[in-house]
Amino acid sequence: MSILDLTAVELSAKIKAGEVTAMQAVEAVREVAAQKEDLLHCYVTFDAEGAIKKAEQVQKKIEAGEITGPLAGVPAAVKDNICTKGTLTTCSSKILGNFVPSFSAQAVVELERAGAVILGKTNMDEFAMGSTTETSAFGITRNPSNAEHVPGGSSGGSAAAVAAGECFFALGSDTGGSIRQPASFCGVVGLKPTYGTVSRYGLIAYASSLDQIGPLTKDVTDCAALLEALAKHDAKDSTSVKREDTDFLDALTEDVKGMRIGIPRDYFGEGLHPEVKEAVLQAAKALEEKGAVLEEFDLSLVDYAIPAYYTIAAAEASSNLERFDGIKYGYRTEEYEGLHNMYKKTRSEGFGAEVKRRIMLGSFVLSSGYYDAYYLKALRVRALIKKAFDDAFEKYDIILGPAAPTTAPVLGTSLKDPIKMYLGDIYTISANLAGLCAISVPCGKDAKGLPIGLQLIGDCFQEKKLLRAAYAYERSVICTGKEA
Amino acid sequence: MEKQYETVIGLEVHVELATKTKIFCGCSTAFGGAPNTHTCPVCTGMPGSLPVLNKQVVEYALAVGIAANCEINKSCRFDRKNYFYPDNPQNYQISQLYFPICINGYVEIETPSGKKKVGIHEIHMEEDAGKLIHDEWEEVSLVDYNRSGVPLIEIVSEPDMRNADEVIAYLEKLRETIQYIGASDCKLQEGSMRADVNISVREEGAEEFGTRTEMKNLNSFKAITRAIEGERARQIALLEEGGEVIQETRRWDDAKECSYPMRSKEDAQDYRYFPEPDLAPVEIDDAWILRIKSSLPEFRDAKMERYRKEFVIPEYDISIITASKHMADLFEAAAAISGQPKKVSNWLMGETLRLLKEKEMDAEDIRFSPENLAELIGLVDEKVITTSVAKEVFEVMFENNVSPKVYVEEKGLKTVGDADALQKTVEEVIAANPQSVADYRNGKEKAIGFLVGQTMKAMQGKADPGMVNSLLKELLVK
Repeated sequence: MSILDLTAVELSAKIKAGEVTAMQAVEAVREVAAQKEDLLHCYVTFDAEGAIKKAEQVQKKIEAGEITGPLAGVPAAVKDNICTKGTLTTCSSKILGNFVPSFSAQAVVELERAGAVILGKTNMDEFAMGSTTETSAFGITRNPSNAEHVPGGSSGGSAAAVAAGECFFALGSDTGGSIRQPASFCGVVGLKPTYGTVSRYGLIAYASSLDQIGPLTKDVTDCAALLEALAKHDAKDSTSVKREDTDFLDALTEDVKGMRIGIPRDYFGEGLHPEVKEAVLQAAKALEEKGAVLEEFDLSLVDYAIPAYYTIAAAEASSNLERFDGIKYGYRTEEYEGLHNMYKKTRSEGFGAEVKRRIMLGSFVLSSGYYDAYYLKALRVRALIKKAFDDAFEKYDIILGPAAPTTAPVLGTSLKDPIKMYLGDIYTISANLAGLCAISVPCGKDAKGLPIGLQLIGDCFQEKKLLRAAYAYERSVICTGKEA
Repeated sequence: MEKQYETVIGLEVHVELATKTKIFCGCSTAFGGAPNTHTCPVCTGMPGSLPVLNKQVVEYALAVGIAANCEINKSCRFDRKNYFYPDNPQNYQISQLYFPICINGYVEIETPSGKKKVGIHEIHMEEDAGKLIHDEWEEVSLVDYNRSGVPLIEIVSEPDMRNADEVIAYLEKLRETIQYIGASDCKLQEGSMRADVNISVREEGAEEFGTRTEMKNLNSFKAITRAIEGERARQIALLEEGGEVIQETRRWDDAKECSYPMRSKEDAQDYRYFPEPDLAPVEIDDAWILRIKSSLPEFRDAKMERYRKEFVIPEYDISIITASKHMADLFEAAAAISGQPKKVSNWLMGETLRLLKEKEMDAEDIRFSPENLAELIGLVDEKVITTSVAKEVFEVMFENNVSPKVYVEEKGLKTVGDADALQKTVEEVIAANPQSVADYRNGKEKAIGFLVGQTMKAMQGKADPGMVNSLLKELLVK
C-alpha cells in the first residue's frame, strides 16, 4: 500500500509506529506534485525543501514523545489567505503579491502544535471572492477529476490538492460555501465550523461576520481530527467562542438511529441538476436505512438568502479591503502624482475584476441614503433566516441537501455571468448567514465522472451530530461497496 | 434699531484616555517613543489582525458618562468609519455611531451670569490615528503609528452654550471631572483634550438655529475664546451684508486671529458607517454601572463644600486647591500629617503656585509628597530652619521630592542655635558698621534692621532672626 493511499490519521499512526517517517511522507507528496502540479496548479507557494526540514524537526519530536496527536507528522496545505509567518501570503491577489506576514494565523499555530508539516499555500479565488478559483491573479487551478473543469472555489487549491494527493489535508476558509462547494466538486470532505469555533486571527478577512476557517480532508475521520486541533478559544479573536465539546473524534459512531433529518423541499426545486438530486436523495436513503428519520419540510426565505448574503459580504469586504492601499505593504503602482492618484492607481492595478465588483457593490450598499434600503434590510433578512433555521432545528437534528446545484462546471464558463455564478451558492450561504456548521461529503459522481457532494447542516455547536451523520453515511458507502 | 444677535455654540471634545495600553491591542500608550516602536500588527492594520477591546476604556467612558448624568446604552456597539488616509492604517476608524456608550446627559456650569445646565448629546469611544511627518527636504511623508489605537472618548454637547464664558466654564467642568476620575490629564496644549467648536448666530428671539460652522485647531482656552468671538463677528458681518453663512469646517489661526475654510458640507465625505463585525457588542449590566458609580471620587463641588466645614482656610484657597484633584489629595494628606492645614495651604498657594507658573507646569505635575511637605512645615515650626532656608529647601523638594530633613542635614542648613557663634558674628557686624551702630544709639530704631540683615547674610540665613534681633539690642545697649 502506498503512503498516498493513507488518510491523514492512518499516516500519522504509521509515523508514530515508526513504519514511515514524516520526511518520507513529504517526499511522497513531492513526487505527486512533481507529476501533477504543472497541470493542476493547486499551490501558489510550494516549498518541499522547507517542508522536509520541518518534517525532520517534527519527526524528532514524535520520536521523543513530545507530539502524539492524530495529525502528527502529516503533510498539509494552507489556503493562501491564512497568514504564515515568513511565507508569502497573497490571497491570490496582485495587491498582496509580495506580502510576507510577520505572524502566523492562530489556525496555523494550532496545526503546527498538532505536528502537521506545512507544504505550502494553496491557490484560491482572489480574496476568496469567487466559486471557481478562476479569479486568482496567479492562474487557474484545475479539477483533479477532470482537468477541463474547475475545482470550485474559493478554496479550490486546497480541495484539489487533497483530491490529487498533493497533501493529506488542507485548511480552507468558508464565507458563503468556499470550503463545502470545492469539496463537493473535487470529491473530498469539507466542513465549515460554527461561527466562532476556529480563531480568525490571521485569516485575511473577506467578510468578517461570515468567515470561518475549516478542514478539507480525505474522509470524515480526518475532518474530525483536524477540527479537534483547530477548535480552540483564542483571546486575540473577539468572536472566538469557548467550547467544551471539542472531542470530535469520539463522536464518530455510526449510530444515527432516531436521528431526525429534515429535507428542505426548497433545496430540491428548480435549478438543481437531476443527477445531483438523485445522488443526494440516495444518500438520504442510506441514512434512513441506518435508522435516521427523514422528513421533508419548507425552509422558506431561501430566495432571499443570496441577495442578503451578497449585500452583507460585499459591504464588509469593501471595508476590509480598504487597508490594501500601497502605503504599508503589498503592491504599489510605479508612477503616481500625489496621494489620491497613488491610491487610485494602486488599487485599480492591484485588484482583479471580481474583487472590484464586490468593493463597488459593498461601498454602494453602505453609502448614505442607501444604507437602510440595502444593508440594514439585508441584516433583517439575515435575522429572519437565522430564525427559520432555529425553528427547523426545533424539529430536526440535521438538515440534508446538496452542496451545490451542479457538478463542477467547465473552465471559463462561469465568470461571464456573475449573477448565475452567485446563484450557485444558494445551498451553502445560509449556514454562513446563520452561523451554523455544515459539511460536504462525497456522495457519488455524475455521468462524466465528476464528484457530487452531500451537504449536512447542523445547528450552532452541533458539529458532533454533524460528524456522526457524515461518518455514518461514509461507512454505509464503504460497507455496501458503492462508489462514493 | 440695530439687530441683536445670539450666538449658539455646541462642542465636540476629544479626550485621550490615560490607559496603559491601546484600545484594541496591548501596545503601550506612552508618549514620545521612537517612531513605530509602540506598534503591533493590530495597530498598524496588518492583514489578518483583529481588535480586542481594552476593558479599561469602557470603564473610563462609563465613569465620565455617569459623572455627566448620562444614560448608559447597556448594549453598546462599535462601528467602522471608512475613510482613506495614511495615518489611519486600516483606512477605517473603529468608532461608535449607532449605539454610543453614553447618551442624554448634562453638566452644570457656573458663569458670572449664573448657573446653567449644558446638555451632553452622547459620549462615544474610538481609536486615535497615527501621525504623519512631512519630510521638509524630500518629497516624502513618513507615518508614525505610535498614537494609532490610543483610546479616545468624544463628548458631544447639545448646542446649549451662548458665549465664550459658558464654553470655557463647560470645558473647565469637563476637564476637572475627567481629571478627578483619573481618566485623562486633559491637556489642551499637548492634545490630550481637543475641542472642535460648532458656532451659529441667529437674531435674538429667533426659533430656528442659523447655519453653523465648525472651528478646528483650537489649542488653548484663550484661542477658543478668540475663535468664538472672531467667528461670531464674521457670521454677523456676513448676514448684515445680506450674505449667508455656509456650512463648513474652518481652521483657526490663532496667531493671525482669523479662520480659513477647510472643507464645505458639499465636500463632506460619506463615511459609510456600519457595525464593526470584528467586535461583539459590549454588554453593560447594572452591577457594572453600580460598581463604577461607587468607585467615582468625591467631585470638586462636594469637596469644596466639605473643605469649608473642615478647614479654616480662605474660600480662594479652597477653589485653587480643589481645581486639581492631585493638589487636593496632596493638601488633605499633608494637612492630616502635619495637623496644620493653614500652613499647608500657604505653601501650596504661595511657593507651589509660583514655581508651577515659573516652570510652566500644571498642578497634576507636582511631584513632591505630602509627607515631605509636612516634614518641611515641622522643621520650620521646630525652628530647625528659618523661613528663608525653608523656601530654599522647598525649591529643591519641588524638583526632586527630597526629604527636607535629609537635605537640611546634608547641606548643613540648620539654624545656628550656638549662642557663641552667633554672638561672635553679631560682634563682628557691630564692629564693621559703626555708622549704623551710631545711628541706632542716637535713637534711629530702624538702623537695627540693617544690622539684622547683615548678620543674617553673614550667617547664610541659618540664624533665627528673632534671636539675632534681641542679641543685637542687648549688645548695642552696652
